[in-house]
Amino acid sequence: MSMKCSTRQVDGVTIVDCSGRITLGEGSITLRDTVRDLLAKGQKKILLNLADVNYIDSSGIGELVSAFTTVRNQGGDLKLLNLTKKVHDLLQITKLYTVFDVKDEEAAGVRAFS
Amino acid sequence: MTEQRVSYTLDSTLETVDNAEQTASRIAAEAGFDEDSVMQIAMAVREAAVNAVLHGNAYDPGKKVKVDFENTGRDLVITIRDQGKGLDLAKLPDPLAAENLLKTSGRGIFLIRSFMDEVEISPSQTGTEIKLVKHVHGEAAGGKEASQ
Repeated sequence: MSMKCSTRQVDGVTIVDCSGRITLGEGSITLRDTVRDLLAKGQKKILLNLADVNYIDSSGIGELVSAFTTVRNQGGDLKLLNLTKKVHDLLQITKLYTVFDVKDEEAAGVRAFS
Repeated sequence: MTEQRVSYTLDSTLETVDNAEQTASRIAAEAGFDEDSVMQIAMAVREAAVNAVLHGNAYDPGKKVKVDFENTGRDLVITIRDQGKGLDLAKLPDPLAAENLLKTSGRGIFLIRSFMDEVEISPSQTGTEIKLVKHVHGEAAGGKEASQ
């Protein structure tokens, strides 16, 4: 199953709704291109909704880290929303759960940018 | 319990990675592992296949990846072999070290070790072999013969 990202704006925050698998190849590239396009348009407050992402491999984890550091380096912020248990567990064992700001409710995620 | 062994010789492509993962998932399910274990085994195989295709064979069309699945009744043993220059284990970073947390790569072997009961990595100048073992707990069913 391929990866799909769609974006929407809520109170100045860009919410990226992702679905599918973030894995080496197409999935990672889709996420990378989406974040790059948003930054190019000056949209630097990004809330990545991973509710429908049921699988991430190490390349996908690397892509999340890359997106996070790229956005931060451009003066923005990237937060994660609605992790599935599998993704949550992966971020726990890789110690990245404390690196990312993770929210489980969209309104709280949007407010966290202000 | 029916013991079984099946081998695949695959091209150095991303399709190989997906095929190895899907085959691992099917064989692990047939061996009677629960859903979480099936996911862990499939992910470990995927990561090992990624290493073989990318870092070992470097997508070289002249080099193959060999994947063996063996259900011994006690264990599911998966061996993945590439034809690259051999992984340098001394150069593997600790992905949990503070200075490496924000690195974008280097977590594959760590995830494999996290998900499998035993992992043996045997690098040589003619390639790297990685052996993954998951113990079959409880009542496991011998699966059907795999084919491709």
